[in-house]
Amino acid sequence: MPLDPSFIGRTYPPTEPYEVGREKIREFAAAIGDANPAYTDAEAAKALGHPDVVAPPTFPFTLSFRAAAQVVNDPELGLDYSRVVHGDQKFAYTRPVRAGDRLSVTVSIDAIKSLAGNDVLTVRGEVDDAGGEHVVTSIMTLVARAADEAGEE
Amino acid sequence: MAVRFDEVQVGTELPARSFPVTRATLVQYAGASGDFNPIHWNEKFALEVGLPDVIAHGMFTMAEAARVVTDWVGDPAAVVEYGVRFTKPVVVPNDGAGATIEVTAKVAALLEDNRVRVDLTATSAGQKVLGMARAVVRLA
Repeated sequence: MPLDPSFIGRTYPPTEPYEVGREKIREFAAAIGDANPAYTDAEAAKALGHPDVVAPPTFPFTLSFRAAAQVVNDPELGLDYSRVVHGDQKFAYTRPVRAGDRLSVTVSIDAIKSLAGNDVLTVRGEVDDAGGEHVVTSIMTLVARAADEAGEE
Repeated sequence: MAVRFDEVQVGTELPARSFPVTRATLVQYAGASGDFNPIHWNEKFALEVGLPDVIAHGMFTMAEAARVVTDWVGDPAAVVEYGVRFTKPVVVPNDGAGATIEVTAKVAALLEDNRVRVDLTATSAGQKVLGMARAVVRLA
């Protein structure tokens, strides 16, 4: 059954603040094999004008993905997550995430479309710091494959 | 050394990179990112859902491609926009060698305020794994 387009524009409550730690950033940078000193060396980050180490550009997805669970698990929307693949991903940055940030994500549904029997859901996550200032917007498109096409990539 | 806007033009190539991916890489990325979807580490599960084998996290591929841009500019804060489409999975066999993601990038447009648009390509096993991969970068 196609997703209900009346969910377009629905906004979910902001998530509890996520405190970004230096060691979490180090762990993430190591996992992607990135030795950029701005991720691990506070002095190197300061030399670039940052108050502390910053996180790699795709790090905010770890927060926005968790926050999007509100949409994915919304029983009223009824998305079958076992059929979902990540279609595309965009970020728009005001500044990099950095150690010491307390970040909250406000998730909303930007679009619901039906393409060739697949449901295409666009989920926006606005990531703000403790002062309410914008840090990054994460826009994720999820594609729920039609039930009879399970097994396709 | 920051890259200066007046040093680049449309067509300027960024240093290309190739990034190895093994099963161990995917387990490490799962832990660091919190994405424990079994298609990224459990071969039996991946085959059951119709995949050819375990596949890399799309976000891992997106992270590797970004390194070509951040290595070029130095300061990760120079990236003001970044987006990709996940077109094909990176298939990671359990053969000790794994897979390789090849990334190239070039300046595709000069924008206002010392910004440029960089278009990226990412391939693995000859297949294009990212589409519409673009970053907007602010140069010095």
